[in-house]
Amino acid sequence: MNILELRGVSMTYGAVKALQNIDLAVKQGEWLAIMGPSGSGKTTMMNIVGCMDKASDGSVVLDGEELSRLSPKGLTAIRRDKIGLIFQQFHLVPYLTALENVVLAQYYHSMPDEAEALAALGNVGLGERARHLPSQLSGGEQQRVCIARALINCPQLILADEPTGNLDEANEKLVLKILHRLHESGSTIIVVTHSPEVGEHAERVIILEHGKIARTTTGAKLHKSA
Amino acid sequence: MFFRIVKGGMVRQRKKLLLIALTVMLGASLATAMLNVMLDVGDKINRELKTYGANLNVIPRGASFLGDLYGLEGGAGVSDKYLREDELGRLKTIFWAYNIVDFAPYLEAPVKAADKDLAFTVVGTWFAKTLHLPTGESVSTGMRGLKSWWTLEGEWPDDDAGDQAVLGYVLARRLGLKQGDKLRYSGPDGKPAAARVVGVFNSGSSEDDQAFMPLATVQGMTGLGGLVQRVEVSALTTPENELARRAARSPGSLSAKEWETWYCTAYISAIAYQIEEVLTDARAKPILQVAASEGAILGKVELLMALLTVLSMVCSALALSNLVTASVMERSTEIGLLKAIGATDLDVLLLILAETLLTSAVGAAAGYFLGLWFSRIIGAAVFGAAISVSSTAIPLVGALVVFVTALGCLPAIKLLLSLRPTQVLHGR
Ligand SMILES: Nc1ncnc2c1ncn2[C@@H]1O[C@H](COP(=O)(O)OP(=O)(O)OP(=O)(O)O)[C@@H](O)[C@H]1O
Ligand SMILES: [Mg+2]
Repeated sequence: MNILELRGVSMTYGAVKALQNIDLAVKQGEWLAIMGPSGSGKTTMMNIVGCMDKASDGSVVLDGEELSRLSPKGLTAIRRDKIGLIFQQFHLVPYLTALENVVLAQYYHSMPDEAEALAALGNVGLGERARHLPSQLSGGEQQRVCIARALINCPQLILADEPTGNLDEANEKLVLKILHRLHESGSTIIVVTHSPEVGEHAERVIILEHGKIARTTTGAKLHKSA
Repeated sequence: MFFRIVKGGMVRQRKKLLLIALTVMLGASLATAMLNVMLDVGDKINRELKTYGANLNVIPRGASFLGDLYGLEGGAGVSDKYLREDELGRLKTIFWAYNIVDFAPYLEAPVKAADKDLAFTVVGTWFAKTLHLPTGESVSTGMRGLKSWWTLEGEWPDDDAGDQAVLGYVLARRLGLKQGDKLRYSGPDGKPAAARVVGVFNSGSSEDDQAFMPLATVQGMTGLGGLVQRVEVSALTTPENELARRAARSPGSLSAKEWETWYCTAYISAIAYQIEEVLTDARAKPILQVAASEGAILGKVELLMALLTVLSMVCSALALSNLVTASVMERSTEIGLLKAIGATDLDVLLLILAETLLTSAVGAAAGYFLGLWFSRIIGAAVFGAAISVSSTAIPLVGALVVFVTALGCLPAIKLLLSLRPTQVLHGR
């Protein structure tokens, strides 16, 4: 069963054609990597799938819901209920502790539950640092707080835009380990990345160029060619 | 959680919020001062005005007051009832004797100028009469003190000289007389008489068409020995308040304790009441003109203060809107993030409103007390009196602050609603 279907999706910013006529289907539980040169439209695609932008053309169906028909409020609700977002910059609320940042997502979703949030931080190896402010955490630790926050409401779809872009190798490995665990537990994962080392973990890899899908390959093949 | 976010945001932005609180504080302090002064200024202006001129008119019970107001002569307004001259000294024996500054009795007579066919009114009065009180003291009272603002060319007549007169300047012109001339006339009894004009005055009112002579002279020509028609009393009074107004409406409605407070306070109504107690069949009434002009001035002062209050609030709203907008702009990343992880526009809106209102409340509280201090300064500098603190100002200031804060937040709210998570999260 497909959790996500894009049909003829285009996105234009004035004269810039960021996405052109994209067709894509993602199966429930699949791990997909999106790669491609800078400016090829990867983030644009994530924004559309993540319900933060509306495509200028075409249809996006997420878990049976046609996104282009939804109001901004409806989009917020879907984003909150079905999607976990991991950003390239580790966006955290600076004056809230790691724990509070995670609880915040629970608060907007349903009910704050500190024990659950603490367990989520434990899962990303930050049980000890729960009461620290973002400024007291390293970049890798901040990114792991973001991941804990993205996962706290058990989203069906995890969208990660360059989750390891700003991390060293050790932290990259940690993040990949978490993604693997999620994948094994049945979550659908879409990762945007420049790095073949990250891309090769995916089951399927699509390469974007000039807003079009130039190539589709698998993580395994990517691994061999590298 | 909501309050933890509000608290966190407030602590982090304390400098900007301090400015917001300061802005609200200044606006609120001005509004408080103005409202307090406005609610209290009536009594203050009262006091200022009461120091001028006569403020009580004593007439015989049953006599109409119309004659005094419209200058009617004989018939219509003036009755055949009189007050007794020998009782007037009692005015200086009442509880508030020392508050009675001056008083003068009046008795009018219609006369005719001898050589011209011209009728005019002669008023008998005291000019500077020495009274010997039963207490052994003696006081001097009369028009000289009562009408201290009249301009007089020449001098006031001697109370004991029967043939002296002062003329209003209008009458003097009509009769063609000046200081030192002889005024020949025939009284109501038809007998010809003469008086020396010792002075000409300008009162700026209807008295300018009258002549004033010693009381005894007019009593003689009218055959009303020992009687007067009315008495003007100038008294220092305590500004009216709610109790005094209630007492003036119906003294019977006061409780025993209230009545005592009222009786022992120099309210004009209490003084009037005491005058009526000592003079036989007398009616003492506050003079209306003073109250009317007082009302007019009061209205203007209050309008000015209301305008100032509105203006200060508009300025506060403008400054506030700048500050709040800047704060939202500075936090756009954070707000975009909140939206991205599922906060609705309403959630974010409430957050910013709660933060701003809380800050405003702190500022307003500080401003209120600053305003009390301001009103004390204004009271001392402008009215020479303490402004009493009015609790009605609190809800008024509160409502103004909430209104101004909400108004000031509008531009920021517009900005906030237009913030898209994609724009801020990717630094575009
Ligand atoms: N809001 C916008 N307004 C105008 N042009 C935009 C906007 N967003 C994206 N673009 C353009 O659309 C194209 C695709 O941008 P996008 O951010 O999707 O690229 P990307 O593949 O994520 O690149 P990178 O690897 O550098 O992150 C770019 O040419 C970009 O300049
Ligand atoms: Mg990008």
